[in-house]
Amino acid sequence: MAEKVLMIALSPTMETGTVVRWRKKEGDQVKSGDVICEVETDKATMDYEASAEGTLLKIVLAEGGQAKVGDLIAVLGSPGEDISGLLGAPEQAPKPSVTGPAAAAKTAIVPPPSPPPIGGRLRSSPLARKLAEDRGIDLRSITGSGPDGRIVKRDVEAPSGDEVVPVSGMRKIIAKRLSESMFSAPHYYLTVSVAADELLGIRAKLNAGREKKVSLNAILFALAGRALARHPRVNSAWNGETIVRRGSADIGLAVALPDGLVTPVVRDCGRKGILAIDSELADLVERARAGKLAPAEYAGAGFTISNLGSFGIDEFTAIINPPGSAILAVGAARKQPVVETGPEGDRIVARTRMAITLSCDHRVIDGAVGAAFLRDLADMLENPALGLA
Amino acid sequence: MAGFDFDVVIIGSGPGGYVAAIRASQLGLKAAVIERDRVGGVCLNVGCIPSKALIHQAELFRSIPGLEAMGIAVDKRGFDYGKVFEKSRKAADTLSKGVQFLLKKNKVELIAGEAILSGANEMTLKTGRKVTGRAIIVATGSRPSEIPGFPFDEQRVLSSTGALMLEKLPRKILILGAGAIGVEFSHIMASFGVQVHLVEMLDRILPLEDAESAQVLARSFQKRGIAISTGTKAVSMQKGPSSVSIVLEDKAGARTTVEADQILVVVGRTPNTDSIGLEKVGIATEKGFIPVGDFYRTKVPSIYAIGDVVATPLLAHVASKEGEIAVEHIAGRSPEPRLDPLSIPSAVYCEPQIASFGLPEWKAAEKGLAFAKASFPYRGAGKSVAIEQTEGFVKVLYDPKTKEILGAHIVGADATELIHELLLARSAELLPSDVASMMHAHPTLSEAVMEVMRAVEGWAIHA
Repeated sequence: MAEKVLMIALSPTMETGTVVRWRKKEGDQVKSGDVICEVETDKATMDYEASAEGTLLKIVLAEGGQAKVGDLIAVLGSPGEDISGLLGAPEQAPKPSVTGPAAAAKTAIVPPPSPPPIGGRLRSSPLARKLAEDRGIDLRSITGSGPDGRIVKRDVEAPSGDEVVPVSGMRKIIAKRLSESMFSAPHYYLTVSVAADELLGIRAKLNAGREKKVSLNAILFALAGRALARHPRVNSAWNGETIVRRGSADIGLAVALPDGLVTPVVRDCGRKGILAIDSELADLVERARAGKLAPAEYAGAGFTISNLGSFGIDEFTAIINPPGSAILAVGAARKQPVVETGPEGDRIVARTRMAITLSCDHRVIDGAVGAAFLRDLADMLENPALGLA
Repeated sequence: MAGFDFDVVIIGSGPGGYVAAIRASQLGLKAAVIERDRVGGVCLNVGCIPSKALIHQAELFRSIPGLEAMGIAVDKRGFDYGKVFEKSRKAADTLSKGVQFLLKKNKVELIAGEAILSGANEMTLKTGRKVTGRAIIVATGSRPSEIPGFPFDEQRVLSSTGALMLEKLPRKILILGAGAIGVEFSHIMASFGVQVHLVEMLDRILPLEDAESAQVLARSFQKRGIAISTGTKAVSMQKGPSSVSIVLEDKAGARTTVEADQILVVVGRTPNTDSIGLEKVGIATEKGFIPVGDFYRTKVPSIYAIGDVVATPLLAHVASKEGEIAVEHIAGRSPEPRLDPLSIPSAVYCEPQIASFGLPEWKAAEKGLAFAKASFPYRGAGKSVAIEQTEGFVKVLYDPKTKEILGAHIVGADATELIHELLLARSAELLPSDVASMMHAHPTLSEAVMEVMRAVEGWAIHA
């Protein structure tokens, strides 16, 4: 009995998906659990595992094709089976071939490929030509956005050199979530400059004799986890009528991607050791960069750390990543002139310092609460043994 | 995700709903239309179509003096308006059946009944039946607006619906509202010999159209004996056994009382959004209209709204276009997110006809937009003289630097057909020289369009 393979929602926010690669071809045997294709969603590229068995009789959505969740992308069945009834109307037919009182909605809407620009007199509108002439712009340098790729007025009016880029799914989500965070959470910022020697010393000791070096972020995660355990109000989420105080310190790391960012989460950092956190982070970051994170791996961080130290940034303020109510922005560790009071009075010495800035949502975290947490964390960074106490 | 009855469920089978349904079917979507009254909505049944049928009959009646001028004696005593009315119903019925046929041909399921929204993907009919769709399009249209103090009874106080269903004409009628509908009814009634008094609150008839075009029509109406009172509002009325007396007040506050057999109130239309369950899905209306964004989508991603329920011009072709855009979006295509408001043609079907698109001069001036204009009189085109229809002009507004066509206003015979050549020029971004250099058949009224574009270029031949 032939079965339809539909585009499914591989993440909660997914509305459409693009098949980037078919891993099975027509005629191949498919077992339940086999990966039949790779689908690009708003967040990442994910493996689509078949939930049925059979021979892949027909690939309906070709590589590169996009479909809405619920649309038909392939058909599985027995070799030689008649599947014409399942396929429905082809894209360009003027009449649909639905017969009978079928209960399921029609599927398989494949948007037509963008038509190539046509040559000849209508490659550009007369108005566009006139405007280009008036402004001394060469029409050959312009890409048209009109019908059939025609150059129209708006293409000539866009200032030269500008490139109009369509907004990707990921960018839309970043724009939406961070705008919402910025415009609904009243942000305030607390900065502390910490002495980084101890921190860097711990890392050096851990890494002595290790081939795979532990990252600074892993140490920050471990200490932040313990600090959050002592300050549950900072590890909380605003819920309108209630505030949820998280039971574990689930910390996200802001990871830069070619055209965006994602925050993979390490759960329960308050109870994990540095090495465990480091190996989890390494795996998550690698998969994040390859676009292969599962939704559960980047959702639900109660606290986030963003580290721009490797970019040479001294200090910065970050936007709170929902559902958390605070985010820690870590700057580069640098040698700086510092005042130290000794037996002979004050003197200036060179010390390695690192600026950390905590953004807090004032609906959940009042100034004194945020300050107490940050001071505690700063003390632990300067004296990591305090994290064990 | 599977399990919806339809890809798209459309409430309303007017020009918005039925066009959306057929387009949906063409794009491979399974569509249903829910209609509580006659298929085709207001436009086909008690709007555009019957009114144009009545206007055509009025034109036939008005040709009587022309026949008499040929020596034919015409005996008008047997005139029966009931027969005129029947023709308008025949046109409405034919088209309503035609739409039903088109829906059937395109395999759109037509569900008779009244439905309200019961969820983001669900409608519930009065019978209790539930219909679900991946997307829903609200196309419930509008109804005539009432003025407080002048409730419709469709006997003494008529709405446009009542006026279209008259089987007997009054001797004298007072028409409140001189927008397109008011002037069309004035034309129809006056053509059949009814004494018409047209009353408008703003300073001129057709206040939203080009002032010069409205002037031509106003002069024509006055010559025909249609009384016009502008800057005047109706204050109160008193219904008698067979007539109604209305108190009018002008800008200075002076009041007069007028008598008429009937009063027709055509001051606007109200969207049908009050009892369709919008609150169930969290959609709040603004002044009765449903707020929509790109692709005519409401804040509920699966619900779209088009036509008279949306705050765009209340025109049938606007509803159809919005339906097309919404459906293309539902089908996964990328249409232009909204229709271009400057490319909406508007048409008034009395004699002389008025048609236009783009900004009227007063609006362009209000916005501080630089524009130039050129005008060509109908009498400059030989055809108009041959057919004794020399009243009117073709006017075009254009950008003084680039000559981009910004708007056009035509008043005269067949204006509502002629406007499309200019509208096409605008939407294809053609320049006046393109229209000016194209050969136009002689003798046609379209030559006036060619000449006005030559006037833009400075070389009109027949001016």
